[in-house]
Amino acid sequence: MIDTSTVATHPLFGRLTLESFPYHEPIVVATFVAVVLGGLALVAALSYFRLWGYLWKEWFTTVDHKRIGIMYMVLGLIMLLRGFADAIMMRLQQAMAFGGSEGYLNAHHYDQIFTAHGVIMIFFVAMPFVTGLMNYVVPLQIGARDVSFPFLNNFSFWMTVGGAVLIMVSLFVGEFARTGWLAYPPLSNIAYSPETGVDYYIWALQIAGVGTTLSGINLICTIVKMRAPGMTMMKMPVFTWTSLCTNVLIVASFPILTATLVLLSLDRYVGTNFFTNDLGGSPMMYVNLIWIWGHPEVYILILPVFGIFSEVTSTFSGKKLFGYTSMVYATVVITILSYLVWLHHFFTMGSGASVNSFFGITTMIISIPTGAKIFNWLFTMYRGRIRFELPMMWTVAFMLTFVVGGMTGVLLAVPPADFVLHNSLFLIAHFHNVIIGGVLFGLFAGIYYWWPKAFGFRLDPFWGKVSFWCWVIGFWVAFMPLYVLGLMGVTRRLRVFEDPSLQIWFQIAAVGAVLIAAGIGAFLLQIAVSVWKRRELVDRTGDPWDGRTLEWATSSPPPDYNFAFTPMIHDNDAWWDMKKRGYKRPLGGYKAIHMPSNSGTGVILAGISVVLGFALVWYIWWLAAVSFVALLAAAIHHTFNYHRDFHIPADVVVRTENERTRLLSGQV
Amino acid sequence: MSTTLTAERPRGQAPVFHVVDEHAHPEGSSTMLGFWIYLMSDCLIFAVLFATYGVLGANYAAGPAPKDLFDLPLVALNTAMLLFSSITYGFAMLAMEKGRVSQTQLWLAVTGLFGAAFLAIELYEFAHLIHIGATPQRSAFLSSFFTLVGTHGLHVTFGLVWLVTLMVQVNKRGLIPANRRRLMCLSLFWHFLDVIWIGVFTFVYLMGMLR
Amino acid sequence: MSSHAEHHSGHHGAGHHGAGHHDHGHGDDGHAHGTLGSYVIGFVLSVILTVIPFWLVMDGTILDKNMTAMAIMALAAVQVVVHMIFFLHMNGRAEGGWTMLSLIFTLIVVVIMLAGSLWVMYHLNTNMMPIHDPSQLP
Repeated sequence: MIDTSTVATHPLFGRLTLESFPYHEPIVVATFVAVVLGGLALVAALSYFRLWGYLWKEWFTTVDHKRIGIMYMVLGLIMLLRGFADAIMMRLQQAMAFGGSEGYLNAHHYDQIFTAHGVIMIFFVAMPFVTGLMNYVVPLQIGARDVSFPFLNNFSFWMTVGGAVLIMVSLFVGEFARTGWLAYPPLSNIAYSPETGVDYYIWALQIAGVGTTLSGINLICTIVKMRAPGMTMMKMPVFTWTSLCTNVLIVASFPILTATLVLLSLDRYVGTNFFTNDLGGSPMMYVNLIWIWGHPEVYILILPVFGIFSEVTSTFSGKKLFGYTSMVYATVVITILSYLVWLHHFFTMGSGASVNSFFGITTMIISIPTGAKIFNWLFTMYRGRIRFELPMMWTVAFMLTFVVGGMTGVLLAVPPADFVLHNSLFLIAHFHNVIIGGVLFGLFAGIYYWWPKAFGFRLDPFWGKVSFWCWVIGFWVAFMPLYVLGLMGVTRRLRVFEDPSLQIWFQIAAVGAVLIAAGIGAFLLQIAVSVWKRRELVDRTGDPWDGRTLEWATSSPPPDYNFAFTPMIHDNDAWWDMKKRGYKRPLGGYKAIHMPSNSGTGVILAGISVVLGFALVWYIWWLAAVSFVALLAAAIHHTFNYHRDFHIPADVVVRTENERTRLLSGQV
Repeated sequence: MSTTLTAERPRGQAPVFHVVDEHAHPEGSSTMLGFWIYLMSDCLIFAVLFATYGVLGANYAAGPAPKDLFDLPLVALNTAMLLFSSITYGFAMLAMEKGRVSQTQLWLAVTGLFGAAFLAIELYEFAHLIHIGATPQRSAFLSSFFTLVGTHGLHVTFGLVWLVTLMVQVNKRGLIPANRRRLMCLSLFWHFLDVIWIGVFTFVYLMGMLR
Repeated sequence: MSSHAEHHSGHHGAGHHGAGHHDHGHGDDGHAHGTLGSYVIGFVLSVILTVIPFWLVMDGTILDKNMTAMAIMALAAVQVVVHMIFFLHMNGRAEGGWTMLSLIFTLIVVVIMLAGSLWVMYHLNTNMMPIHDPSQLP
């Protein structure tokens, strides 16, 4: 199969040798030591407090959408630290490498860092955060007790973790891709990247991609089939709407990524000629295909966040969302239009005037529904009684920042302008402006907004404000210089610079990155402080913000079954409507509740997938074959289990609900 | 949009905000929709492969072209196998509807045999092509041909594994609702592969011969 | 799992909720199963729709190349519809119309991807092909 003439493979270890471990890279070795020590400390602590059984039974094997949602958030946070470490290393390198200085990173390492930064931030930070919030919130917002396929949800999560694990392994065993985050051929082909980097990239994304696609299918079904009675499509909360559109985009775009990466791996493993330079292959086809996935991916990240802003704005303005219907239509229009703009990522590849103008115009059109959304939020705030709690602060910061990013985006949509700015730091500044200023700010708004729901206490506002200002100012300081540098013609992914007049801008950007680091630190500190002060910050009502949608109708944190009785919906803002019309919480008549059972199969399947991925990366063919068969066998074995549910007995429900009654009355 | 529940209720009565009389819900009510959506996502995988074949399918790189390679009678035979397997799966579903276990199993077995015959013919075709030097590595046309047709074949293979699994499960537990649901999912999968094959024989084989 | 999934009011009307028309299995959710007759009709149609294009191409003299190509594409489209109706039992009612909606959306994406890729790549190939004859330069 493989062209073994270039690579010597050992029958037992494939191409894995002692030389594959980067012990000659001091930075990697130091990181490795830190990770090992930290890991050992964690394992020791978990063993000392006898938490392994608890973790396995209550978390790893859980099918509860709330716990899976929280685990997604934890994954996103851990990977954020890794991705940000890459970012600050790049900023430091670029601020240093002037006037003949090589900086402190060699090219081999630096190229891996910028690739890993992009891949991790998109696939293993933004995606888990977004999926985690949707997982946690959507079933609660539609008055359901779980998602449509609870086991599948667990499996999807662990596949995402599997991808992340494979990327982390690449740090210490072999190397990661040096190709940029989309691994364009011919550079990513075997001829130019014969090492393991691109293979790690491929298999990490394929494993995580399975999870993402399945979780998309799951959430679509949940929203379509499991809404509480009375909740018509046009009575769904906006976050649920944007989640629906997001998951439609996931299901209709991730298969494209999967197929494209399959073609690339065939080129690398079998020697086919899809994206090679000879025998009829076309590297341009890869660029075309990957962006058919890549552009919808951008909207996969931003749409749910638009939903968060809608919820936050209307809650903290104490008003119904302005223009609900237009918001929904704008979301649907963006969903479809996102498939018509992909070529603006490669205007300069040379498809000519007619093609470029078509895609330039569609790109500009897509800013119209987005603009409509901004106006809807502004009009929601207009004459509202605005409370500047943390989620609202992030929302306002988003509106101010995102509009700038949106405008530079429209600028880049003009093909002649793009010919000047393509691949420059201007582009880098633009997409960080929309991804940090849009997605990340929105995720923070969402985290602050729903944290009390998930844990029963609020996050400490003081450290939240510290984090907020560090992040927002840090962002502006870090990325505005990149706009300037981009306009001056500096291209992306450079390691060393000749022109000393540029250095000051890179130094300012590095200061911004340090400020963002302080923001991340303050956020972590805030969580620690809030856990410490959780009695002061406690929320007994389940409705700390005077919320409007159904998730605030139940306790914080919600019981396993979410709602003792399935709610009936009469209004868009269902919970607001209930409060307004004198809803009385039922105090009796509880029944046993039918729930799905936990399962360890998801962890096992994902674990085998990681082994399979590792074996394929290192050409350990026997292990690949064994793990593939094991994967199939475990999956088939799982289908022979027909007992996948149980009933929460009525007296457990009674006890839980009486406890809540006590809490609520203690509040008065 | 329907009017609210409370609007229809007599005045003075409190609006109803929760479902009082709840019943446990039959498991798997979302399964068919979920599986259909999965098929739609699978459809996009094939769309990428078709698009790749469409773009690269004429890049022979001075190697063999469709006219030198394709054997239409063989493809017709293959298509017939798949069509027969479709109708026999339909018969299995009809037997399942009537609750006849052994008849269902019989038709499933026949479907499996047709599927296996399809695969055997396809493997024979591939082996022949590789033997005469028309390998997937030879040109972008052959890369995309083998990948598109091979992916379809891989799906059929998984369909067969699934079919056998289901036959064992029906054998063990009979036509219980869970097994019926699974058979219905496999039915969608099997017929879906048939639809993909229509695209394959039209765009790859027949159009290829016209080039 | 909760008890209301199949009758959220969007499609069944809110008014009669809670009246207890539960546990309706799969009979009334619009999944038609077809009858012997419909399967046989579907099979016969698809045999005809398969035989004609094979015959057109294998004979090769009945229509010219372009006409043949158009004819077999049209026949393939018809056959896809036949399979959808008689084997996959597609209709606008199954799952409250969601299967049909998802099919239409998928077809839109597929058409965009196929047509778009061909269009884009055609232009790229034309524009980016190295020009071997210098007299062709503008």
